[in-house]
Amino acid sequence: MADHHPTGIKRWLFTTNHKDIGTMYLWFSFVMFIVGGSMAMVIRAELYQPGLQFVDPNTFNQMTTMHGLIMVFGAVMPSMVGLANWLIPMQIGAPDMALPRMNNWSFWILPFAFTLLLLSFTMPGGAPNFGWTFYAPLSTTYAPPSTDFFIFGVHMMGISSIMGAINVIVTVFNMRAPGMTLMKMPLFVWTWLITAFLLIMVMPVLAGAVTMMLTDRHFGTSFFDAAGGGDPVMFQHIFWFFGHPEVYIMILPAFGVVSEIIPAFSRKKLFGYASMVYATASIALLSFIVWAHHMFTVGMPVAGELFFMIATMLIAVPTGVKVFNWVATMWKGSLTFETPMLFSIAFVILFTIGGFSGVMLAMAPIDFQYHDTYFVVAHFHYVLFPGAIFGTTAAVYYWMPKWTGKKCNEKWGKWHFWLSMIFVNLTFFPMHFSGLAGMPRRIPDYNMMFAGFNELASIGAFGLGLVQILFLFIVIKTVRSGEKSEKKPWDGATGLEWDQIDTPAPYHTFDTPPKVS
Amino acid sequence: MSTETKEKYEKYYVPEQSPWPIVGAIGLFLLAFGAGNFIQQSTDKVASNDGSWGWLFLALGLAIIVYMLWSWWKDAIRESKQGLYSAQMDRSFKQGMMWFITSEVMFFAAFFGGLFYARALVMPWLAGEGNNAMTHAILWPEFVAQWPMIVTPAGETTEGMGAWGLPAINTLILLTSSWTLTIAHHALKDGNRNALINYTAISAALGIIFLALQVLEYHHAYNEMGLTLGSGIYGSTFFMLTGFHGFHVTIGTIFLIVMTIRCAGGDFTAKNHFAYEAGAWYWHFVDVVWLFLFIFVYIM
Repeated sequence: MADHHPTGIKRWLFTTNHKDIGTMYLWFSFVMFIVGGSMAMVIRAELYQPGLQFVDPNTFNQMTTMHGLIMVFGAVMPSMVGLANWLIPMQIGAPDMALPRMNNWSFWILPFAFTLLLLSFTMPGGAPNFGWTFYAPLSTTYAPPSTDFFIFGVHMMGISSIMGAINVIVTVFNMRAPGMTLMKMPLFVWTWLITAFLLIMVMPVLAGAVTMMLTDRHFGTSFFDAAGGGDPVMFQHIFWFFGHPEVYIMILPAFGVVSEIIPAFSRKKLFGYASMVYATASIALLSFIVWAHHMFTVGMPVAGELFFMIATMLIAVPTGVKVFNWVATMWKGSLTFETPMLFSIAFVILFTIGGFSGVMLAMAPIDFQYHDTYFVVAHFHYVLFPGAIFGTTAAVYYWMPKWTGKKCNEKWGKWHFWLSMIFVNLTFFPMHFSGLAGMPRRIPDYNMMFAGFNELASIGAFGLGLVQILFLFIVIKTVRSGEKSEKKPWDGATGLEWDQIDTPAPYHTFDTPPKVS
Repeated sequence: MSTETKEKYEKYYVPEQSPWPIVGAIGLFLLAFGAGNFIQQSTDKVASNDGSWGWLFLALGLAIIVYMLWSWWKDAIRESKQGLYSAQMDRSFKQGMMWFITSEVMFFAAFFGGLFYARALVMPWLAGEGNNAMTHAILWPEFVAQWPMIVTPAGETTEGMGAWGLPAINTLILLTSSWTLTIAHHALKDGNRNALINYTAISAALGIIFLALQVLEYHHAYNEMGLTLGSGIYGSTFFMLTGFHGFHVTIGTIFLIVMTIRCAGGDFTAKNHFAYEAGAWYWHFVDVVWLFLFIFVYIM
């Protein structure tokens, strides 16, 4: 009984085990990462030179739309849920997630939801082509028929996310081992608790938005139609009320990851634990009152522009606290630079660049120039790729020994890191310049003057894409024939999962709760 | 200390493998695929999709989901009766239900937000307020800001739904049902089985009456008032808010009927009755949503 687990396909289909479910989430997100990534390759191939080369504009629009949707809902979010499943029960001393069967349902909805979404490519009129933000009336009056399946796909993803979030919150509130008080929890648990709260608050609003789209499309309602007394801008308000917290949903768990890894390789305690918790909570609360900074150019009253500008810039304060704390953790530490640490340090630096361009975009008058240019694309890719995705990657390298009992090869890991680091900057840094010079996003052709920057970005993107295939080989090689790991492969690592659980972690952990002093 | 810890943290039951989650995922997929096709095929707006088979997938998906929920809850009830569920497990269920209701509140918040935004900002802007004089003058110079918006900018006309007829009666009905359900809940805690069954049944019956009256109201709106989903933003918000609320009342009523049957069958004890409590919370939630509806959709 000790480590008995079911075998065969039923193990995965019927599972109630948080580790199995975490594994499935992580693999699913990687598959989606490759699918969404290949769409990015099509985009960058088309943009390699001005003029139209490979795809027609409508296909290009489908590529940008589906790339965004798949990366946000299929790659980044599930990867974070996968980490949550693997780590939260082990980090708080729980035997599993609080509601294990619902946990499995949350996962299995996703492959079906994305099947539905991807089926839209086969439908007459093609896949959704209105951008991942699906603004009305592009997504209502002028959208292809497949939009209806996109709507139901989003509903399914929402159901999955809400159930996943409920599971995380209940697990954290109800399943902690005796002595594991809230302010003793690892920061990854804290950031996920707050993320789960955001998910529960905003995913239903997204469901409301797509439902209004559906009824506007087919049942004659006028939510986003001014002729009936509605307003297309209302769609943007509802969407971004979801959308802004959503970007923190994608990044907060990554904050938690680097807050675990940096202390481990600095061999110091995290600097300012309590301020980290309060900063995360402040970022989350502020995220509810800043949404209209995505819509400065839409014609809002000046009072609205001012309010959303100032509220947005306030977010820089707690974010600055976090960056300060990460740096202060490293200050005078005994640093070593294993792969997870490299990804984490790059996270801090590059995320900060993305944060700074965010502050630039937050200024309403300046945003009038930047809006819908490649500067925005550069900004959010800096927080998403070297932010969220480097965070997940660091987590995979760091906890891989705990999951599989084997260590990733350091040499290959460092290759993966340095190539990613070079290519991610080569891809996204030039976009700042083409954006400032006025190159609009989501357009397949561009002025000759942007050719140099786009060529660089495309070369970087192809390299970045290839390097992620290297990551796949590293993971497979580790799982199959990696070097066996000792119980604690990182001497500075702390936490229940390293101190009280064998490596690799047995199928069931903490049948009886550990005591935390 | 150690015995106390043991009691407080008795072993948490991690359930056996279960087929229902994957069955539920397949059911949801069929439901979504069927609904998309059914809507396209039946509303005649999508020329490329002219079949008439969408409803088959819709019905199949729905049937699978009902079967899945039935079986999943049957397993849970059996496990509960076997004594597998600890006090800690009970707390997991309760907290899970509370956060689920929170998410439901936010779903309604999206539609209330739409109502407030359309009424407080969009309507005056369309009528020329602020810097929108030219919007008004060029697009719809005839448009007058008034709520209910009985004439849309495009000229669609309707009537406004009054608050003090049927809707007021329905408010009374729902409030009464919340009260009778609370009586039933106390009866359960006091071990008074007859009162429990009777008052739960009365609450469910009030839910059915509410729904019947709402059907009458909709019938009246569509056939005599010309108030439809297509009546501009007033009709859109009116029917979507009251409609989704009515859908939730339907779910809640089914919940209460099942609870009545389970109470009659001898289920639940004074201490152990999570499902009943969840049903009661859900019912109070739809009740509170209705109060907001009554104020913001009907009265104001």
